[in-house]
Amino acid sequence: MRFLLREIYYIALDFLQGVGSICLFLFRLLRYTPTALLRWRIVWQQIYSVGAMSLVLIMVSGLFVGMVMALESYHVLVKFAATAALGTGVALSILRELGPVVTALLFAGRAGTALTSEIGLMRATEQLAGMEMMAVDPVRRIVVPRFIAGAVSVPLLTMIFCAIAILGGYYVGVDLMGVDQGAFWSQMRVNVDLVDDILKSVVIKSIVFGGAISLIAVYEGYYSLPTAEGVSRATTRTVVNSSLAVLALDYLLTALLFHGA
Amino acid sequence: MRQTRTIEISTGFFIILGFASLFFLATQTTNIQAYSGNSGYTVTASFTNVGGLKVRAPVTMAGVHVGQVTAIHLDPRTFSAIVSMQISQRYNQIPDDSSASILTSGLLGEQYIGLTPGGSEAFLKNGSRIQLTQSAIILENLIGQLLFNKASSGSK
Repeated sequence: MRFLLREIYYIALDFLQGVGSICLFLFRLLRYTPTALLRWRIVWQQIYSVGAMSLVLIMVSGLFVGMVMALESYHVLVKFAATAALGTGVALSILRELGPVVTALLFAGRAGTALTSEIGLMRATEQLAGMEMMAVDPVRRIVVPRFIAGAVSVPLLTMIFCAIAILGGYYVGVDLMGVDQGAFWSQMRVNVDLVDDILKSVVIKSIVFGGAISLIAVYEGYYSLPTAEGVSRATTRTVVNSSLAVLALDYLLTALLFHGA
Repeated sequence: MRQTRTIEISTGFFIILGFASLFFLATQTTNIQAYSGNSGYTVTASFTNVGGLKVRAPVTMAGVHVGQVTAIHLDPRTFSAIVSMQISQRYNQIPDDSSASILTSGLLGEQYIGLTPGGSEAFLKNGSRIQLTQSAIILENLIGQLLFNKASSGSK
């Protein structure tokens, strides 16, 4: 019993330490963000490897998520002769939940891991130490541009995901299932709200998710143990922690943003 | 050098695609017109019951979208609901004795205001009030009435 309590105590302590150090790391990153933005070429290159390279994955996933949403909703709605609401159903579920969350989870797997293992390997092969020897701050030169690139890429990828998913839903609903095209778009336009569903949901959620995933990825990479096993563990932790963070933040943001609605 | 150029072009393409998607989402899938349409005139109408009518619900005439509901509030003296609606400037020749009724699109659809034209020579203008109104049909009241009628006719 005492052993168990002690274990719980240490786990809780570890957790608190993790939260504290990741917050301190975030402040450090934010302090260097303005100067890193001036050297935009490095950031630009990172956006390429983090964001543009994830484009195909996100577009294909978006297409299939939208298509399957339309297919599933159609089979339910056709029972109530309410297929006119298909566009609304697909658009709202994509914009409010699926778009930001699925994009964030895919991004954590596709690009978060890459960030962690890249920085972790730099640590393991002592490139970071080498930079410090040359009086180049590795946080400024390596970590901050990657963090910014991740935080910028996720919102953009989320927009692309949502747009493609709605088009995929349109293809299945209208072209394959024969839902009326006018009803599909007009019902969607009546029920999807610009502020509630685009600005509050897609934009805010994706910005928060992007920041959280990139922060966790660069943090885990930067503080990974400089061994092969350490890097692999850090990569695993990135996926696990950022997925959990995204899901928890999603609940929190939904509860806060749609308080009244 | 060539590779840097390719990378930068791809990044630019990615960013533009992202903003294009946002533009598509905002203009094609949402009620953005409800936010942008400021050119119009406001008329009010009082209803005894607005049912489930919401702000930004469409105002139609003969099925054509002519405006939207901008505010709904309760008149503290008469206890009726005052609905303000903005009608697009294009439709500035609606007779001032037109009537407004709250209708439902489909059995369970959204509620909206339908205007039925009158025969007056004068037109609705900013601040005018629609006199003839017909409240929303409340399904529960209707069912209640039906049951009551059934019961009273059965007892005879």
